[in-house]
Amino acid sequence: MEFGPHLLLAVLEGAVGAAVLALTALGLSLVFGVMRVVNVAHGEFFMLGAVIAWFVATSFGGQPAVGFVAALAVAPLIAGLVAVLVDRLILKPVKYDPEATIVGTIGVLYILQQTALMTYGPEARPVEPPFSHRIALPWFEWGENGFAMFYPWGLSTNSYKLFVIAAAIVILLVFWLVMTRSRAGLLMRATQLDRETALAFGIPVSRVYSVVFGLGAGLAALAAVLIVPIQQAHYLMGHDPLLLSFIVVIIGGLGSIRGTVLAAVLIGMSDGIISVFLSPTLSKIIATLLVALVLVFRPQGLFGKKPA
Amino acid sequence: MTPRTMTNRRTLLKGAAAGGLLAAAPLAARFASAQSAAPIRIGFQQHSTGIGAAYGRWYGRTTEAAVKMINDAGGINGRPVEIVAEDDGTDPKRGAEVLEKFANQSNCDVAFGTLFSHVVIGSAPAAGELKLPYFVVSEGHHVASGMLNRYTLQPGITDVKSQVQAMAPYVSENLGKKVTMIYPDFAFGHDHRDYFSAAIKEQGGEVLEMIAIPPTETSFTKYFPKIPRDTEVVYHVMVGPAVLTFVKELGEFFGPSRPEIFGFIDSLEAVDLASPGLEFLEGTYFWEGNPRYAQEDQTSHDKLFREAVGVDANGASVSDPKDVSTYAHMFGCWETLHIIKAGMEAANYQGPEDRAKLIEAVEAMTDMPESDAHPQGPKRFNGKTHQVFGVQYISRVENGKLVKVHTTSIEDTLYPDEVDYTTMSF
Repeated sequence: MEFGPHLLLAVLEGAVGAAVLALTALGLSLVFGVMRVVNVAHGEFFMLGAVIAWFVATSFGGQPAVGFVAALAVAPLIAGLVAVLVDRLILKPVKYDPEATIVGTIGVLYILQQTALMTYGPEARPVEPPFSHRIALPWFEWGENGFAMFYPWGLSTNSYKLFVIAAAIVILLVFWLVMTRSRAGLLMRATQLDRETALAFGIPVSRVYSVVFGLGAGLAALAAVLIVPIQQAHYLMGHDPLLLSFIVVIIGGLGSIRGTVLAAVLIGMSDGIISVFLSPTLSKIIATLLVALVLVFRPQGLFGKKPA
Repeated sequence: MTPRTMTNRRTLLKGAAAGGLLAAAPLAARFASAQSAAPIRIGFQQHSTGIGAAYGRWYGRTTEAAVKMINDAGGINGRPVEIVAEDDGTDPKRGAEVLEKFANQSNCDVAFGTLFSHVVIGSAPAAGELKLPYFVVSEGHHVASGMLNRYTLQPGITDVKSQVQAMAPYVSENLGKKVTMIYPDFAFGHDHRDYFSAAIKEQGGEVLEMIAIPPTETSFTKYFPKIPRDTEVVYHVMVGPAVLTFVKELGEFFGPSRPEIFGFIDSLEAVDLASPGLEFLEGTYFWEGNPRYAQEDQTSHDKLFREAVGVDANGASVSDPKDVSTYAHMFGCWETLHIIKAGMEAANYQGPEDRAKLIEAVEAMTDMPESDAHPQGPKRFNGKTHQVFGVQYISRVENGKLVKVHTTSIEDTLYPDEVDYTTMSF
């Protein structure tokens, strides 16, 4: 394929990856920013979202859009509720101690994974997209006869993939509005800035923590529902999003929303482009290298604040 | 008030590292209890979890059906057969652990099963060390290439080298000579890469591009732009949980103007041909080890095999038409178990001290006519290379079903010996 159309395809591919990654990593970053909890089970909440989406979508039957919309509403909610339970039963009793929460969330990772294996089974199962049209993309080029439009072979995308990108942008905007303009966002930011002072001002920090942990898991689950018509749900699918989210959060800066989104776009796009032109393994190597470089030259991340 | 907890980058990294390590660790193994030695115990290495799970489920059903048939007919040497199934997680390291358990804890007479070539390659050295006969159903060329040892045999299913060699003439004569290959990036896929490209060159054809895909990949759109435009035939083979996505995305990529497509049925095993998005497969071709849909000339042996395992005429479970079988491969379990029976009876097998005699008895086997024990077709076993040869089928998708259009002969699949295991000591 010629370079131009090839690049366009790579950019589209990268944009879908970046959109989903941004949502997933945002959840991880939010939990870390507000609660200082490293949630190793974050990828499993992602998986949980996908698996629940399959259960919901198949129980509806008929028009795939109905099942998909239901999954979009139900899956993040259930994943969020499970996360709230985890917060109450595991994180709170260990007083959010950094080492203990890491071990605790590793336990949660296994519990969720094995529960999915026992109930959902080891197969990968597809969720039908609510709509999916092949969109052949035109390409414009200066040729021998001047400016011309043509349809190169294989240059196409899919309406559902474009929807995923748009949906992720909308969700990110809503999230930003909630964080900056609403009372709930104010409480979260206050808790993030100084937990003790927030407590002194009567902010129910314990409740804020539960909500934040639930919200983080819900974001991961939402990302998974969006991707599951493209990728299928599988009980081991949580590894990659977890690893990539960690990479994004470290590069973007711990707890920085702006940094997380920017790093997700950077990693997602470079992953898409490098893996189309070179090899997917190379793109993972480069992402890891980037983490190392950031840690050496800008340890607080691109947008992180230096510790006082 | 709770003390203020501090998390810094170091703890974050620690967490990430710990999470990664744990995620990679195998699951805790289940323990089977030891029992009396009266029945013949066959250790079944099953892909119950991991990327081979769909195969594991159907290999399990086929194995159960074969054992029931053998036991109903009086067992082996008058002793009942008992299967000791263990999940290998489709993981080479665990595969070797499972073999050790068969030999040392569950007192198995022989080990049997497994499909994924990396598990076979990872487990075979353990079989050699434990002196445990290891009957594999994996299709890889690693047995016949001499990579493994005298204790590893593949008597129930043909290997990739012979399969692709028998297919290549049909592809080049009927579909086209300029081929682009898409295959999984591990041993099984490499067999396709090496032997199909060689076979197509021998036919005067040419492989334009070879696209390797990591086995854990879940999205494939990024690989397809590498398909050159002058491709006449796309040759695809993919395994694992993401196969449906793979085929769907392939169809989306090409849209209305596709080249000829020849696939190994692995890309569609356990996948319903009627799944949305697969309509473009109409008129494309597939290699099938054993035709999934009952054909017009169905033999009584295939009928019996289908009924015993519980598979309908469309290759799906009789109890759930959505539960599509791995029909092109799973006959290998059925046939292998019947060969173990024939071998044990020929060697008058009494217990683990007769393991070497059992291997020699199997090595002495040659022609295996088509029968209830060999429902896929006639076979010819080569004792030197421990590999069986048999007919192959090419099917075409017509009205949403796979219709057999070509059957190769056993001669088409033969190649010169690369090893003589019989010269190796036990």
